[in-house]
Amino acid sequence: MNLSRRKALAVGGAAATATLLPVNFAFATPEAAAELINEFTGGSAEFSDGVELTAPEIAENGNTVPVSVAAPGAVAIMIVAEQNPRPGVIRFNFTEMTEPKASTRIRLATTQNVVAVAKLADGSFAKTSKTVKVTIGGCGG
Amino acid sequence: MSKNIKPRVKVPKTATAGEFFTVKTLINHKMESGQRRDKKTGEKIPRKIINLFEATFNGSPVITINIETAVSTNPFFEFSMKITEPGELAFQWTDDDGSVYETSKPIAIG
Repeated sequence: MNLSRRKALAVGGAAATATLLPVNFAFATPEAAAELINEFTGGSAEFSDGVELTAPEIAENGNTVPVSVAAPGAVAIMIVAEQNPRPGVIRFNFTEMTEPKASTRIRLATTQNVVAVAKLADGSFAKTSKTVKVTIGGCGG
Repeated sequence: MSKNIKPRVKVPKTATAGEFFTVKTLINHKMESGQRRDKKTGEKIPRKIINLFEATFNGSPVITINIETAVSTNPFFEFSMKITEPGELAFQWTDDDGSVYETSKPIAIG
């Protein structure tokens, strides 16, 4: 009896296209993302809007969402995804040889805010966010 | 050490001194996030990702990228840089397991 119940659950699970277990979402909160940002800024809560985040409005595949960031005068730019099981995504650290901008592809578990925070050379910070709609979640593989 | 990890980079052969040019990098790597479960056993598949990317030019850091599990499989990075002298642009990807994958390209000034 146990076996068939497990099988039924497995079939049901497979039927759902996103294989990410819902229980992970319980640990993903904008608060966790805010904590990461706080670490990055050393507690500073003042942000200008001097950072640009380019991301699609609708991501058809949450496994690979193209994003770009740019912030004139930035020494580093970090990206967090507020509703991912782990909100930290990436951090670009620039030098005088690079333009303060970069592109990559990221995983988004569900529709959520993607936040970019830039640390500028003058010690100040800039922040922006975008809501990306995700049709197929990208964390469960 | 993983077999068959082949980084690919797109770097111009020559660059104008002081002028920015685009660099693209790609490495084939599953980027196992640690979130997936084995469908048969229900066990979580352990995390194994590239967690660091570094580019250096003639030994000096160009860009350093700290990477988390939310970066997609086959991590792709594009950035813009400039040089003032010819040399070698070297790339390094560091895996959670300590493996380091490398490649490099010479750039001339022209």
